[in-house]
Amino acid sequence: MIVNAPVAPAAQPRHVRRIRRHKRGAMLWSAARTPRGMIGLVLASLVVLVAVIGPFVTPYSPDANAPLALDFAKPSAQFLLGTDVEARDVLSRVLDGGWVLLIMAACATALGIVGGAAAGVSAAYLRGASDGIIMRTVDVILSFPQLVFALLLLSLLGPRLWLITIAVGVSHAPQVARVLRAATLDLSERDFVKAAELQGMRPAKVMWKEILPNLVSPLMVEAGLRLTYSTVIIAGLAFLGFGPPPPAASWGTMINENREGLALNPWAVIVPALLIALLTIGTNTFTDAFARVAIGIDRQPEEAALIENLGQELGK
Amino acid sequence: MKHRLEVTGLEVRMGRSGPDVVRDISFAVPAGEVLGLVGESGSGKTTVALALLGHTRRGLRITAGQVLLDGTDLLALNPRDLRAARGARVSYVPQDPSSALNPTLRVGTQIREVMRVHPGAVASAGDRMAEVMREVRLDPTPEMLRRYPHQLSGGQQQRIALAMAFACRPSLIVLDEPTTGLDVTTQRHVLDTVRSLCRSHGVAAVYVSHDLAVVSGLVSDVAVMYAGRVVEIGPVARLFGEPVHPYTRGLIGAVPSPERAEALTGIDGQQPRPGRRGAGCSFAARCGYAIADCTTIAPEQVTVAGRSVRCLRAQDIQATHPQRLPAVTGPPAVAGTPTLSVRGVTASYGSTPALSGISLEVPPRGCVAVVGESGSGKTTFARCVAGLHSNWTGEITLQGTRLAHGARQRDKDVLRRVQYIFQNPYTSLNPRKTVGQIIDQQLKQFTGLSRRDRSARAVGVLEDVSLGPDFLSRYPDQLSGGERQRVAIARALVVQPELLICDEVTSSLDVSVQAIIVGLLRRIQAERHLAMIFITHNLALVRSIAQSAVVLHQGTVAESGPVEQILEHPANPYTQRLMEDVPKLRPPSSGARASTG
Repeated sequence: MIVNAPVAPAAQPRHVRRIRRHKRGAMLWSAARTPRGMIGLVLASLVVLVAVIGPFVTPYSPDANAPLALDFAKPSAQFLLGTDVEARDVLSRVLDGGWVLLIMAACATALGIVGGAAAGVSAAYLRGASDGIIMRTVDVILSFPQLVFALLLLSLLGPRLWLITIAVGVSHAPQVARVLRAATLDLSERDFVKAAELQGMRPAKVMWKEILPNLVSPLMVEAGLRLTYSTVIIAGLAFLGFGPPPPAASWGTMINENREGLALNPWAVIVPALLIALLTIGTNTFTDAFARVAIGIDRQPEEAALIENLGQELGK
Repeated sequence: MKHRLEVTGLEVRMGRSGPDVVRDISFAVPAGEVLGLVGESGSGKTTVALALLGHTRRGLRITAGQVLLDGTDLLALNPRDLRAARGARVSYVPQDPSSALNPTLRVGTQIREVMRVHPGAVASAGDRMAEVMREVRLDPTPEMLRRYPHQLSGGQQQRIALAMAFACRPSLIVLDEPTTGLDVTTQRHVLDTVRSLCRSHGVAAVYVSHDLAVVSGLVSDVAVMYAGRVVEIGPVARLFGEPVHPYTRGLIGAVPSPERAEALTGIDGQQPRPGRRGAGCSFAARCGYAIADCTTIAPEQVTVAGRSVRCLRAQDIQATHPQRLPAVTGPPAVAGTPTLSVRGVTASYGSTPALSGISLEVPPRGCVAVVGESGSGKTTFARCVAGLHSNWTGEITLQGTRLAHGARQRDKDVLRRVQYIFQNPYTSLNPRKTVGQIIDQQLKQFTGLSRRDRSARAVGVLEDVSLGPDFLSRYPDQLSGGERQRVAIARALVVQPELLICDEVTSSLDVSVQAIIVGLLRRIQAERHLAMIFITHNLALVRSIAQSAVVLHQGTVAESGPVEQILEHPANPYTQRLMEDVPKLRPPSSGARASTG
């Protein structure tokens, strides 16, 4: 006997588990969940926390001489990290000296990314004369070491904090431009860009609406990398004397002014140096984790196989 | 018959215990014969091909089965012995010779290298080299052997890859779509070479392909793969002459024929991925013959009419005959001012000429096919008309008005009236935009409609291409190739164009999807009274869509006229050769014993 059942339409579940790369921040989140990304994020967050909360919890005034204290006093119950060259509390200065560095590094990075992206994307998309002019300028700037170029700009601009920020930002732009030009060259040949041109879209709009959204991953990786470099360069410039003016605390300046007391109270140098190191290692490690997620190295085997499958389909 | 290669119960999984990618793969190949392994993308045919050499792609693992070659199980060998066997006893010819050959080594060095890593396999490397070069019909002159891969044509590169594969006189050779990307004439020569080499050296070969027509002329037996299983396996004449499995029937109905005018029937839906194949027959969801049991009981192989079939209803289906519908001729082209008129168009890239003196007319509501092999200038021609290529001279008029050279110089209305559909739907949709945004952007650029009217139009046009409104919020990478191409078609249609330029729109799609897209384009063209230019390299496809055709050869028009005339009585020697070389599915009568139902 045949059971008189209606033929069930084989329902295929549509909610296929996919790599949710489109959700904003989804890739950041998956990067944070890798061991590498977790370590990087924790390190960087620790330093940021110190720099942000620090100024509100200083035991002493960071810029004033501590009462009844000697220069380069060893750590004691009173001064947990000892005192510095002018007998100020090192702990207070460490807590207070980070936020300026962070803000400057963030602004310089933003400036470098925006400027570099604009130059790189338009060079690659417009080609011709614009490409030549932009990229030859980039080549000239790249022929200087980055720190030297920033110093060169500073000697022209002057040692104000916002000028330092601009100088560092400008020194980043050429490297960002290089990377984004390469990524854009590939994208500009894709048919969806041609389709937009056939809609009569203006070049600026094509770059902004069609190309830029596809550059989010390289932009993020560059931003992380540039943030690392910004921190190092800005701290380095402060060490060389281009930083917040004297009484103000700053990690870079602290390393410089307390060098002579290294044998007496090494903590006045070690702690700021360590914080800078942790911050750069943290941002760099996290960026690395993000880049790996972006190119799919850290994905699960199943996902990797699906991606390869897709690659095969694309190859046809 | 003694079998050289015997594969039993081969299974490949994702990871150690993940879902299976292919399962229960069993077949045998006697010496000197070729087995065709056919299937659409994602069917697992390449996975099987690689597993024959004991290899898998990253993340996959061979979890069961035997690959017996002259009695030894290749999968049981230790890594050292396996390495020794690869290249000497089993060899592989990959799909793309331009990336398989090392661009920095001379071709002679590359062939010699194969023999050097297998000492003892060949008595005299020099003699063998000359011998094997002659076998693949290349001159074993020192000049030829001293060339680098980039100094050879695609066909010659593939011959070098074949020479490397045959150099050590293997027992088994696995060919993974070695002729994809070659033009039809070269393809035929390569296929002839493969066939004669296998015969003369008693080599068993497995030929992987998505192209049924290519396989039908080459192999003795064929295995059809679907969703990681062999669904039907048997002698090629029986299988293609009287297919039993509904999927095989569907595939054969979808293959266009240059000789017969038949409507193409596609297969709706898509192949389930590994891990989502369900308990029953994987094809049940797309199958016109499916019954309730099909979704719950996994079919075992049964022998019906001289072949093995994995289908519960094989007996019933075998009794019925597949219906082939005669081609519906499109609406006759209307006389009057041609929609598009091209006169004496000559184009070049820099100083390299690409087209010279092309003239053609597209009548209102008519479809003109532009046919040519790679390098014939067909895509350049399409791009000149669309304004994507602006370095041309001559005259192109749209309804009597001259078109400017580049898209930037054309006004919005002209851009709207001529719509272009790109070859590759994987790159023509911005991966960062939803289908809704992609269609909306087109409307925003060309119309002054309000947001509400735009979204109503978007829903309407998606319906026209048989996609539901739920597609509006999807991203391109959540769609199959066929769905993407439908979206690309919807994007073109939504602004009500007068001329549609389809540039190889089906060449990156599977054959069952191609049939559906061609059907869709035909219907839309008739409903909307569109004029159409259909660019293709596939002569067989022309008959299914166009009323007249233009054959391009090296940038000039070789022949033009009504489709029937060109396909049935080609006058130009080039067209004649093309028609001769185009692979054809064997006609049902040849060799197949009539089975009564």
